[in-house]
Order: sequence, then structure tokens, then C-alpha cells
Amino acid sequence: MKLNIKDLPKIPERLGPGHRLCSGCGAPIVAKMVLMGTKDPVVVTNATGCLEVATTIFPYTAWKTPFIHSAFENSASTAAGVEAAYQSLKRKGKVKEEVKILAIGGDGGTYDIGLQALSGALERGHDFVYLCYDNGAYMNTGIQRSGATPRGSSTTTSPAGEAVPGKQQFPKDLTAICAAHKVPYVAQGAISNWKDLITKASKAFAVKGPAVLNVLSPCPPGWKHADDLAVEISEIAVNSKIWPLYEIENGQWKITYRPRENKIRPVEDWIKMQGRFRHLSRKENHHIIDEIQQWADENWDRLEKMEKATSNQGDSEEKQK
Amino acid sequence: MNNKLIIKPLTGAAAVSEAMRQIDPDVVAAYPITPQTDIVMKFSQFVNDGKVTTEFVPVESEHSAMSACVGASAAGARAMTATASAGLALMWEILYIAASNRLPIVMPVVNRALSAPINIHCDHSDTMGARDSGWIQIYCESAQEAYDNVIAAMRIAEHEKIMLPVMVCQDGFITSHAMERVDILEDDKVKQFVGELNLPFPLLDTDNPVTYGPLDLFDYYFEHKRQQSEAISHVFEVTDKIYNEFEKISGRKYNRVETYEMEDAETAIVALNSTIGTAKDVVDTLRQKGEKVGLLFPRMFRPFPAEEIAEILARLSAVAVLDRSETFSGTGGPMLADIKSALYEKENKPVILNYIYGLGGREINPAHIEQVFSDLKEVQKGNEVEKLTYLGVRE
Ligand SMILES: Cc1ncc(C[n+]2csc(CCOP(=O)(O)OP(=O)(O)O)c2C)c(N)n1
Ligand code: SF4
Ligand SMILES: [Mg+2]
Repeated sequence: MKLNIKDLPKIPERLGPGHRLCSGCGAPIVAKMVLMGTKDPVVVTNATGCLEVATTIFPYTAWKTPFIHSAFENSASTAAGVEAAYQSLKRKGKVKEEVKILAIGGDGGTYDIGLQALSGALERGHDFVYLCYDNGAYMNTGIQRSGATPRGSSTTTSPAGEAVPGKQQFPKDLTAICAAHKVPYVAQGAISNWKDLITKASKAFAVKGPAVLNVLSPCPPGWKHADDLAVEISEIAVNSKIWPLYEIENGQWKITYRPRENKIRPVEDWIKMQGRFRHLSRKENHHIIDEIQQWADENWDRLEKMEKATSNQGDSEEKQK
Repeated sequence: MNNKLIIKPLTGAAAVSEAMRQIDPDVVAAYPITPQTDIVMKFSQFVNDGKVTTEFVPVESEHSAMSACVGASAAGARAMTATASAGLALMWEILYIAASNRLPIVMPVVNRALSAPINIHCDHSDTMGARDSGWIQIYCESAQEAYDNVIAAMRIAEHEKIMLPVMVCQDGFITSHAMERVDILEDDKVKQFVGELNLPFPLLDTDNPVTYGPLDLFDYYFEHKRQQSEAISHVFEVTDKIYNEFEKISGRKYNRVETYEMEDAETAIVALNSTIGTAKDVVDTLRQKGEKVGLLFPRMFRPFPAEEIAEILARLSAVAVLDRSETFSGTGGPMLADIKSALYEKENKPVILNYIYGLGGREINPAHIEQVFSDLKEVQKGNEVEKLTYLGVRE
């Protein structure tokens, strides 16, 4: 299961070029990196959203692996059905090889409309990996707010207006919500830290039972940044601790990347790179940046505490077995 | 035919779960809702008693039940679920996806009213709302019919010319919870009849990857829908063939359009499901008095056997269409519209009366049916009769 870089080129390419995602889009990078986490064949289910729409425009498909899109809110329950079929047909000897199942959804399809289906699938314990590529809004339908949209962000349904300066709420903590289901593996990743991400993906595919990966996915038109910045903007999100990299493995919380002192950046640096926060530079809105900084700091502190509080948990569970 | 006779006292729900046990699908994903609960509960017991090899997915909603069936069926598994009322309504979006992806899912439906007000009893507003979803719809008068048709439906759905999902409907409580004498086939016979499943393009054939559910714009969508209509156009011929085969193993003959005492009938009632049972009794009584009355039951409601029905009804003087749901179109019930348009091309058309009845489980008893036949008689005499009647309601 340990990641060996030399092996990566041997892993078949499952999402080919020729899709029609915007140039500079984070989503295909997220999907490709996660799909590097296993050598086994993978069946992909994908919720409606940018990744699905732009990779499967009939009569073309960019997917070189079995793929199904059903609807917006049911990637997890569609995967549950695929997994049930796999268990059943494997038991009957009709499918012989080891097959992995990957359910993909955007933040809208995961934090919001698909949360119930995801929760149900996690609770039932299907053997699958759920991947959320989080670009912080409903991009496919024109940048509307979602439960993942950062506070202060201007979207088309939480526009920066004269009276209300963008989205008022902080995003919900999907990663913690998934961890609360006590599934074997949950992790948060970013494409800037590719080794960390692919390692997490390989752990996610390796565990028996459900695993969840929540990965930040920059979107040039939605975030309003140049289209060569997806990786850099991910890196600054990680180093500013607004998108910490951590995992919860069998109940044990672990921060998998701690930015060195000289790398840590204020969230303001991240915010200033993106036009969706432009209005926050106005004096009367500056307090929002402070609030976001405070939110990120508190979040990080909580992660540290969780890490400490659960530091021996994995070991003791291991010993109990 | 060396059929071993197995007779069991079963409710409609139990009869359907018995059929499901014998079919032994690869995957069942289901969510409980009254009055379908007995199907899922009994089937869960079969699963946990090791009586089936099915992978049972106790989903968190009907939306997920149908979604899981879509995933399972696309993966190459024989998939089933069952539902009623609000459950079917919640599945609505995915019903279309199942049909459009040509996935042969079979779903027993126990007909129940839709909210509001919330009501657990029988009417047909749930399945009537799904009549244009691309599913084949079969309606059943009794537990026996429900049992038989769930088994036959599996073959219709999976036929290579069809590859479409099928709903097999029975009336909530009236059929689902009433104990009947049901003739059960031997397990092996059912197994042989439904056969091994070999779906084309399964997701789990990972050496031959396929993409299901792509984005299909103005350049292809229409052609795909046209293909769906083409598949529908084969349903009658395939159903006839499968009903014939089913007769060979069961001795029970089913027809897309069932008739009762129609050979020389002058007036008739058209209705679905358990109401047909009640009406048969009334027809028997009236026949004894020498009245030439009959019944027509469109067992298959989707696709609609319009030509056949028109052929039978065109020679009558008056017909009453009984709808157990309302369209709120202001023009009557859903079946009325289909019957009327079926008759449009005929030179001789009967006078057609429409009755909306039995909503929310309101009782329909022989007296109501007698009233309908007596209205038809008035029409025959040339008297004016109300064209649309809400039968059994307090006005
Ligand atoms: C039931 C339903 N409601 C709404 C939509 C419209 N819709 C399609 S994709 C989408 C947003 C997708 O957002 P997200 O999941 O974040 O993915 P992204 O497009 O950002 O990659 C919406 C609202 C739909 N397809 N289905
Ligand atoms: S809108 Fe954003 S998420 Fe969608 S394809 Fe373009 S860059 Fe990617
Ligand atoms: Mg999004």
C-alpha cells in the first residue's frame, strides 16, 4: 500500500485527455491523482457537475474505465448499487477480479444535495471510496453558492452587493461529518501536495469499507484567478491553513502536513489571489478577512486537539484485535 | 404438464415477496413505506435466513433505492425494489434514468394515495403520475396475479428487444393485506423460467469499459429517445410470447387486455386492479337478470394497448371508465384520456362516462358498480347522464 513513485507510471490512465473542462481546472487533476491510488480496475460513478458534464459529451467519453453518471444527488447510492452488484456477482463467481468502486461528486453534489445518499452509504459500510472535488460552488450551473462556499465569497446567488458583501456563512465541515460516521478512512487533500494526496487515495482504496476523500479543486472562472494558478493557489490554501491536510484513520486524527514556520501565509494572501473575494479589500469589509483568519486558526487548533486526543486510539484498536 | 400443486394462504404483499424469493435477484435495494412494508420485511427475512443469495441494500430513501438499482443493473446484476405512494414520488427523477438507460429493473408497486393530506390507503395517483416515465406498467387484480406477473415481468424487462424496467401494481391493503389462496410454482420452475441473466455492457466488465449516462445534447438526445420508443413498440409482441410461456409452466393465461363477459356486451366498465374483482361479481348478478354487461381491464397500461381496446369498445353503446385518481386537468381521470383517444379513429364510438372513485381508499362496493351500470343503461335509453361523476364522495 505504501506509495512507490516508480510505480505511478505503471498505473493505467483512466481519465484521458480530450475532455472539455476549462483550461486550468483543478477537477481532472484531482480525479487523475486519486485514480493513481490503485492498480486494480475501478468503476467510477459521478454526480452531475462540471467533471461529469465535460468528460462525457456524447458520442465521446474521456473515461477509459467503466463510468456511470445517473443524477446530481445520487453518486453515493449509485455506487452502493454497483458495490452490491459486485459483492453479489463475486460471491457467485460471475466476477473474478478485484474491482474498486469510486464515487465522485462536486461540493454541491456532496455537501448539499447528495449528503443524505452519502451518509446512508457510509453508514451501511459499502466497500467504496467517495471523492468530493470541492471547488466551493455550483460551477456547472454558473457559480452559485453551496454549503462549501467560503464566507465572504461572491457567487451568483450570494453576490457581493451594496448591502450584503457575499456569502455570509462559513462552509460546513464535510470532512468531520464523514469522520463522524466512524468509517475506516477519511482524509482531506490538495493537488499541490500530490504525494500526500496519492498516498491518501491509496489508503482509501486499500481499506475494507467506506473511505472519503475531500479534495480542494480550484476553478479559474469561479474563483476568478488566472488559469495557470490551480496548483499554486492550492498550495497557498494549505499553507495558510484554510485547507489543512489531515486524515482520520480508524478514528485517529492526524495532520499529514504542517507548513514550516517560513511557509505559513496569512489567509489574506490566499484571498487576494481570487476575484471572488475582491470586495473584501474594501475597508468596511476587512473584518470579514479577520473572521476568516480566526476561523482557520480555530479550525487548526481543533485539529491539533483531535490529533492529540486520538493519538493512541489507532494503536490500542490495533492491539485489541 | 406435471405441476406439483403448491397452495399457500398469502397476502398480495407476501405473494410478491414469495415471487422475489424464487427469482432470487442479485441485488434488492428497498425502503419501507406502508403498505409495501410487508414485501421488504418478508424479503429481509429471506435474506437473513439464507433463503436467497441476494445482496440486500437497506437504503436510506426510495431515491437511493432506485439509484442503487440503477447502479446494480448497469453493473450487470438483476436488481429489484418495491415501493408505494410517496416512495414512488421520491423516485420520480430516477425512474426516468432507469428507463432511459434501458435497465431491466422490476418493481412491485403497492398503489397508495399521494399526500396531502397524508393517507395510507389505496388509489392510483402514485403510478398514474409515473405513467410517462418510460416504465412498462402491469396492473393486477389479486395476489395471484401479482405473484404471477412479477415473475413474468422479469422476462419481459430483460428481453433483448425490450430492456426496460417494469412496475407490477397491486392495490394497497385491498390486495396487499388481504389473505388469498395463491398457487405457487415450484422454486426450480421459476428459476428456470427467469433463467440466467446476461446483460450487455455491464460496468463490471472492466476489460471493456463503457460510459453510462453521458451528456447528450440537441445532436443525439432525440435519437436516443426515439430508440426508447422503438423498444416500447416491441413490448406487446414480447409480452404475448412471455405470457404464453408462462401459461405453459403455470396453466394460468394472462392477456395485455383482460375482458370479462364482453362477447355480447352492450355496455361495459373499464377499471384497474381490485375493482375488477368487485365488478365481476356485479356483472355476474346483472347477467343473471339478462343484462348484457361486461368488463375491460387494461392489464398493461404502459404501453397502452389502444388498438385492441378500441376494437373491443367500439361496438358498445356506452362505456364507463373508472379512474382511481384525478388529473386535475378539469377533464376527468387519466385513463379516460387514453380510452377516449384510443376510440377517436373509430367510426362508431360509444358514449363514454367517467367516474373518479376510491380516492384515499374510499370504499368501492357492489352498489357503486351497480349505479354505474344503471347510468350506462340510462345512456342506452337515450337519457342524459352526467359525463363526469365523483363516485362515493360527499358533495
Ligand atoms: C436535482 C437537480 N437539481 C439541480 C440540478 C442542476 N445542477 C446540475 S450540476 C449543479 C451544480 C453542481 O455543483 P457541484 O456539485 O459543486 O459540481 P461543480 O459543477 O461545481 O463541479 C446543479 C445545481 C440537477 N442537475 N439536478
Ligand atoms: S467552471 Fe470551474 S470547475 Fe467547471 S470546468 Fe471550468 S474550471 Fe472546472
Ligand atoms: Mg462545485
